[in-house]
Amino acid sequence: MEKLISFYCNNELVTVQVNPSITLLDFLRNYKKLTGTKEGCREGDCGACTIMLGSLVKDKIKYKTVNSCLFPIADVIGKHVVSIEGLNNSQLNFIQAQFIDEGGTQCGFCTPGFIISLTNYFINHAKYSVDEAVVSLDGNICRCTGYAGIKRAIQNTINYLNDINISKVNPVTFLIDKKILPHYFSELPKKLKLLQNKTGSLLKQKKNKLNIVSGGTDLYVQKWESLLEEENYFVSEDTGLKLISKEQNKIFVGGAVTVEEFLESKIILKYFPSLKEHFKLFGSLPIRNRATIAGNIVNASPIGDMSNVLLALAANVHLKYKNKKRVIPLNEFYLGYKTLDKKKYEIVEKISFPVPKKYFRFNYEKVSRRKYLDIASVNSSISISVQNGKIKEVSLSAGGVAPIPLYLKSTSKFLTGKEVSPLIINQSIEIAKSEISPISDARGSKEYKTLLLGQLIKTHFIKLFPELNIDEVLK
Amino acid sequence: MRSYDSVQHVRGESKFVDDLSVPEGTLFGYVFYSPIAHGKIVKLDFNEVLKVSGIHAVITDKDIPGENQIGGIILDEELFASKEVHFVGQPIALVVAKDRVSAHKGAKRIKVEIEKLKPIFDPREAFEKGNLIVPPRIFSLGDVDSAWQKCDYVIEGKVESGSQEHLYLETQGALAIPVEGGGVKIISSTQGPTAVQKIAARVLNLPMNKIEVDVPRLGGGFGGKEDQATAWAVMAALAALKLNRPVKIILPRQEDMRMTGKRHPYSSDYKIGLNKEGKILAYQAWYYQNAGASADLSTAILERTLFHSTNSYYIPNVKATAYCCRTNLPPFTAFRGFGGPQSMFVMESAIHKAAHILGVDPTFIQKKNLLKEGDEFPYGQKTENCRAVKCFEETEKRFDFQSQSELVKKFNDENKLYKKGIALMPVCFGISFTTSFLNQASALVHVYTDGSVNISTAAVEMGQGVNAKLMSIASRIFSVNPDRIRIDTTNTSRVANTSPTAASKGSDLNGYATIDACNLILERLKKVAKELLGADDSSRVELKDEFVYMNSIKTDVDWVKLINHAYVNRVSLSAQAHHATPSIYFDREKMKGDAFAYHVYGTALVEATVDCLRGTYVIDSVKVVHDFGRSIHPVTDRGQAEGGIVQGLGWVTLEEIIYNDEGKLLTDALSTYKVPDIHFAPKEFEIHFLEDVPNPYGPFQSKAIGEPPFMYGIGGYFAIINAMKAFKPGKEIIYNAPITNEKVLMWFHSID
Repeated sequence: MEKLISFYCNNELVTVQVNPSITLLDFLRNYKKLTGTKEGCREGDCGACTIMLGSLVKDKIKYKTVNSCLFPIADVIGKHVVSIEGLNNSQLNFIQAQFIDEGGTQCGFCTPGFIISLTNYFINHAKYSVDEAVVSLDGNICRCTGYAGIKRAIQNTINYLNDINISKVNPVTFLIDKKILPHYFSELPKKLKLLQNKTGSLLKQKKNKLNIVSGGTDLYVQKWESLLEEENYFVSEDTGLKLISKEQNKIFVGGAVTVEEFLESKIILKYFPSLKEHFKLFGSLPIRNRATIAGNIVNASPIGDMSNVLLALAANVHLKYKNKKRVIPLNEFYLGYKTLDKKKYEIVEKISFPVPKKYFRFNYEKVSRRKYLDIASVNSSISISVQNGKIKEVSLSAGGVAPIPLYLKSTSKFLTGKEVSPLIINQSIEIAKSEISPISDARGSKEYKTLLLGQLIKTHFIKLFPELNIDEVLK
Repeated sequence: MRSYDSVQHVRGESKFVDDLSVPEGTLFGYVFYSPIAHGKIVKLDFNEVLKVSGIHAVITDKDIPGENQIGGIILDEELFASKEVHFVGQPIALVVAKDRVSAHKGAKRIKVEIEKLKPIFDPREAFEKGNLIVPPRIFSLGDVDSAWQKCDYVIEGKVESGSQEHLYLETQGALAIPVEGGGVKIISSTQGPTAVQKIAARVLNLPMNKIEVDVPRLGGGFGGKEDQATAWAVMAALAALKLNRPVKIILPRQEDMRMTGKRHPYSSDYKIGLNKEGKILAYQAWYYQNAGASADLSTAILERTLFHSTNSYYIPNVKATAYCCRTNLPPFTAFRGFGGPQSMFVMESAIHKAAHILGVDPTFIQKKNLLKEGDEFPYGQKTENCRAVKCFEETEKRFDFQSQSELVKKFNDENKLYKKGIALMPVCFGISFTTSFLNQASALVHVYTDGSVNISTAAVEMGQGVNAKLMSIASRIFSVNPDRIRIDTTNTSRVANTSPTAASKGSDLNGYATIDACNLILERLKKVAKELLGADDSSRVELKDEFVYMNSIKTDVDWVKLINHAYVNRVSLSAQAHHATPSIYFDREKMKGDAFAYHVYGTALVEATVDCLRGTYVIDSVKVVHDFGRSIHPVTDRGQAEGGIVQGLGWVTLEEIIYNDEGKLLTDALSTYKVPDIHFAPKEFEIHFLEDVPNPYGPFQSKAIGEPPFMYGIGGYFAIINAMKAFKPGKEIIYNAPITNEKVLMWFHSID
């Protein structure tokens, strides 16, 4: 079951025969004895294991953060892995020094993860702001500092780096110049290219009758130990599943497209500009960098965020096994709790949804215990078009209120053809209540979830139709 | 000054227990625990376990050579359940295997049959049934019974506060290595190395001198590793000695959350009496502490609840009663504040409700009743250098409370869907272990011939920055560059009979001991210098900036030269010193005494905004004036304040521990138990160091900092409910922390 895997780990070429399903976290700690990368939770919720992963794109390396605890070593082939040790120079770099001098580190357990995430932020931006840097730390938890020292460290680093006009230079070269990155980073693009030429198409995978592992952000939480004993087909690097395209009036998104790739796509940004903001509530940056569209759909969590949005966008699921293909509407895909209209080895090749027409409005709402990096108590999406005062088309979805990601069929039907008014909104909430069957759990009581869904439906309308009389809606 | 620890932290080079290179042949232990909250063990079957490849042993109570008993204060806790189980998560066995995955696989094959008994989860129910761990404890001052009739208002109420998971980022763990002569070395992530040593000795039936406990550092403790690090360390030691192999136990996060105790949930009643002017004349409170299945530190925590029952206020007539209720939940334990936050929350709730009824701002009542110099606490101690009023007034002034309140009002008048709330939170916290004998520490200082200094104390570094402070203290006394000083691991062979690093006292106790030990060496060095330079009196000699000065004139004798000279003249360059806090005592018969060396004061101003449509909120700002004394290490102190506050905010807002009706923890992962993240932390955060406030009872006039700031977080609760009140004025307010999003929305829509 072992595979030969080659990649750059910091400044070292690593070639190793290893079980491809082991996590990068375990590899770094147990095989490489690089213990700066920590295990805090093994579910991508603390960020102590965050590393930077560099992939060759044309002649440059594109870096992103991932949770190494949820990352199979199989997906590291031909890449550059940067752990905290890989950022060390003989002297402290500016970020490291600021973390000390501003009180951004106390017990030190989370610190490597924070410094990695922050460094990755600086590599990937040409213009810096504290608020945006903070967004890039949405996957890192610190229990000691209260984050104030970390924010000061960010501010000081930005002041230091903003000395010159950075927009015109290569960020990696710039950061090497500023002694934030060690010199060896400049050599990596060449080295990776060489490595890729040597390893060719890399891991030859058997594709049929294997467990399909996509981003792994759910599977490695649920069963990392049993994955070690299984033959897995890792699809996240499968270029055939990574396309985003627009054909006629439909948008197609490959199954292995990650949430972050989805957001960065020009097509998506053009037609759904508000999604970028909404998606900040999906997992964290390192999770969004790995979690895929297909994974989110197939995981079938009743509170999935992507499935919730796609239900409101009237998406179709394109399934494939060998040469057999079929297409089914997402709102018919879920048969029951974690039960899908999908055979075990069928793969979600892509999804598709219509290009929005004129008068289209969209909104997404999510309330969770904590606003960021949390699973919803209830989430809801709406796409709606109103013409001549009447609702022409509407799709409303709700998560966390049923065993499946729910399309609110009757509610959507009721609203169609009506005029948007406080009365209609409140009537639609009553119908929605009849469609749901929430349970009480750690994310809230069923009474709360029922109430909350109603509030979120109201919020949709208040946000999308600011002319509404708020007092009337609130009644 | 940058501490050695922080430099390693940012480079990822700090070694925590799980990061250490293990000796060859190290095995891994996985704890198997009870799935049932209360019952009799009928059958335990390990047959299937031993079939898993890589399994070396399953260790149970039968393997214990000494006592199966790990209770610290009261002997009521088994290492491994022998006949009965008392909570879900109680350890029953340890599966030892070649690696973690195999050990876990083995543990899953254990078959256990438990005959269920009726569990109790509610402390009031435990109280009704007489299930108390110790008899009720009562603090009283004046005479409440006769005071009520003098009051214009008497108000009663009920207050709930929830549990809280420590969520130290490094989970519990230990590595035990057998050593010659039947002893064992335990490297443990514990705040209490001596507790581990003592209890390992008891369980293993060994003298304490055969057990060495070493603590490199902790990835966070917060009280959660004061008593509750012991079990895993002792299990590892037991397995190591049985198998004659090193054994490591690192709890996976979910197991850590399920098996370990947390902050005590409290259910409380109060009665408060005031006159028309807003002066509190009488206060009575009853605290039902949910202690969990065994005593752990609950009795000491219960006492601190009483010590802080009146927070920062002087109340002439007080009667506070606390019940330590045994339930079938994991034994609740120390957590920053140690019972203090719970009673302060009750006090503040009482004031808040009283203000509502009197039709005044809570601030009005708070201010009227603040402690003044010489006021008596319910435990008989009188305030000295009292800074309650000073901090409160400085907060009002510096952060312009008046105009801030007006802005909040204006915002609320102009906004329908969002409301703001503002609250002031004064804090007074006593510094010392209330168990007086624990207020002792020692330090061992070595100066090596190259001039480098090595210091060992009883203090455990867990992020609170004690090492930075000790380093700073030693460098001040020797007047050498701090880079010369290294604070070594905490080790029971170097420093014996340590008190746990707790009660915010680590830096005070060990700081004083370090001062004393350094001074012993300094005096010897001065004598050496005197002789070397031919001075007539060593008082003319001083060490300054790495050089010897004579008659205030710099000589060419530098630190290293001086040290070498001392060495060749056979002068000892090592010293050990012991420190005990003078003149503190507490009489447990009378419940009176000068229990604390001193008190810490401060006031926080907290502002929050509630989204009334979605029922969510944000903490906009926290601004604090705090009495740090003269800070030894301001970066550390400010960090402790900021971190404590956010943890306190978490306790009253996001962090909710939920057990199902069978006592199983539902919030057993970071995906369901949410602590503050960088977005949740207050947008505006300001900590002002109260100026010119020396503290004669702290090293170099400093004050302890670990716990007091936690309680500023309580202000977050009141800021939020004040905002909620602005949306639904006149509605009966709830005093039930944490105020989760769910509670906010449900309150908006509940019918009075």
